Amino acid sequence: MSLLEIRSLTRRFGTFDAVRDLSFSVEAGEFFTLLGPSGCGKTTLLRLIAGFDQPNVGQILLDGRDLAGMPPEARPIHTVFQSYALFPHLTAWDNVAFPLKMTGTPSAEIRRRVGEMLDAVHLAAQASQFPHELSGGQQQRVAIARALANRPRLLLLDEPLAALDKKLREEMQVELISLQRTVGITFIFVTHDQHEALALSDRIAVMREGRIEQLDEPSRIYGSPGSRFVADFIGHCNLLDAKILALNAQHLQLEIAGLGQLVAPPAAGLESGQIGTLVLRPEQLTIQREEPLQFDNRFSATVEDFLYVGDVTTYQVKLDNGFVLQALLPNMAAGRARFFERGDQVWVAWPREVGHYVPND
Amino acid sequence: MSRMIESRLTRRLVGTPPTLFLLIFFLAPFLIIAFASFQYPGEFGGLAPLTGHGNGDHGLTLENYQFFFSDFIFTEIFLHSLLVATLSTLLCLLLAYPVAWLIAHSARKHRDLLVLLAILPFASNFLIRVYAWMIILGPQAALAKAVNGMLALIGLEPVSLLFSPFAVLVGMVYVHLPFMILPLYTSLERHDPLWLDAAQDLGANAWQRFWRVTWPLSLPGVFAGSALVFIPVLGMFAIPDILGGTRDMLIGNLIKDQFLGVRDWPFGATLSVMLTLAVLALAALAGRAARQGRRHEQ
Repeated sequence: MSLLEIRSLTRRFGTFDAVRDLSFSVEAGEFFTLLGPSGCGKTTLLRLIAGFDQPNVGQILLDGRDLAGMPPEARPIHTVFQSYALFPHLTAWDNVAFPLKMTGTPSAEIRRRVGEMLDAVHLAAQASQFPHELSGGQQQRVAIARALANRPRLLLLDEPLAALDKKLREEMQVELISLQRTVGITFIFVTHDQHEALALSDRIAVMREGRIEQLDEPSRIYGSPGSRFVADFIGHCNLLDAKILALNAQHLQLEIAGLGQLVAPPAAGLESGQIGTLVLRPEQLTIQREEPLQFDNRFSATVEDFLYVGDVTTYQVKLDNGFVLQALLPNMAAGRARFFERGDQVWVAWPREVGHYVPND
Repeated sequence: MSRMIESRLTRRLVGTPPTLFLLIFFLAPFLIIAFASFQYPGEFGGLAPLTGHGNGDHGLTLENYQFFFSDFIFTEIFLHSLLVATLSTLLCLLLAYPVAWLIAHSARKHRDLLVLLAILPFASNFLIRVYAWMIILGPQAALAKAVNGMLALIGLEPVSLLFSPFAVLVGMVYVHLPFMILPLYTSLERHDPLWLDAAQDLGANAWQRFWRVTWPLSLPGVFAGSALVFIPVLGMFAIPDILGGTRDMLIGNLIKDQFLGVRDWPFGATLSVMLTLAVLALAALAGRAARQGRRHEQ
């Protein structure tokens, strides 16, 4: 039995379906991420699970038990809010002790548990400080410690890292993973940041307009996006409108308007004549001066622009049909960051094993 | 180092006007009154001169204070006044809290109007508002008839609502209610609704959400409102004069009588000094209790 099971859940606001006939399940101990652009329904879904909102249709089951009619305070589900929502009149220690006091935990047990939780988030030294005396990162840790203090079955995290600066955010990501492993509590993490989702999750549900567009492991979401939307939303990519000319077990023969034919790996459920999109990640392309005869997919192009970010450089190359591709090259040579300048005539190429074809919706 | 000096300077500059205000409008009058409390009353009211010409009392004396402590009646009036002030404050708090809470939780666009309604009674004259209660509580009014009708049903003697401690309390609470509503509202209005969501999410039921989150976070408003009600009620003389019976004397009436009736200014001044000291002592006590409560929480 899954820890959490969502069955054909719908939440309607007027004529707008914020959550539309959603079904999925989350396993115990999982780090599960809801990823999507703002307005995709992920926060609504979180509020439904926490109990702050009621679905119009559908069920939410925790350990096989229907949660309908159970108020938030009775659900063994806690939330880490985006703005933390720490109690300003209570110290870090009292904030963490709050849920334990609500359930009438004996005070010796409260002392032990709060101490443990503050140790786990490295805040033992700040126990007697008030929220306004703590930094953003420390407040974040208090919020997480507080939500975990009486060991909920499920922890919901609503964009908890959004308010932190980049470096702190990356530190907290690492800590979140190790904390989740230590406490063994199931996390449902909401974010619109694809990097965060890829870095943290066991599984990701990519949401769009109240539905789940794709639910899979991070590497499969990135490597084999199920739709053009997912491909576009997760990471940078080149999207080429393509028509299937022929297919067999080894490869797809594609026709790209104004460019010609190329070869891509096959996927299940495709048929000849279908119209769709070929997804190419920038790091899958290479750029060379001489014509790379070893590649089936090669086109002459002009370097339009480049973006140097230290470890890698992203080149924008314009194909002869006017289409612009992005190619990412690692800067491995010492002392030399760029290989090409603007206006260089080059060849852009990729092996027939890369690329991912998705039929149109 | 220079920044420390700078911040100290800023603090002085910012702190000076309020300090000056307190010096001029609180400390100076208090010292004048305190000085007067050690003088003799003048022959025809007012104060006796400090240096005399043979006839009559002059100079400084402790007689006024000796008189105050010689008769327990004054202490009794003090205690009675403190009781009335405490009761009025508690009743105001009890009535104002739900009102302030409702205003703070109503739609943003309605809040200003509701606040305006709460302070609207101020638009009419104080005496008119108090006299209105004479009519409402009067023996011919529906209220008194209803109460006495019910008392008659269970076989009790009719009572007079007007000219009673009850009427004084009603007047005090009615007049001072807005002073409680406003600070409570400003405090409650600033509360982040997410605090309550978080509390509920963490397992707090409705009562725990109020008692553990809303109430402690509204304490600054509670203290401000209580001070704004307690202190004026303690010195109030008009309401007991109009609504209270002859036996219902509060310190305010006593002091007023000394200055305007008996024309014994020094004893009026003594009573005033004792009242101020009592209020200050209570404030200090409340402050200490609050600090200790906070330490206890941890």
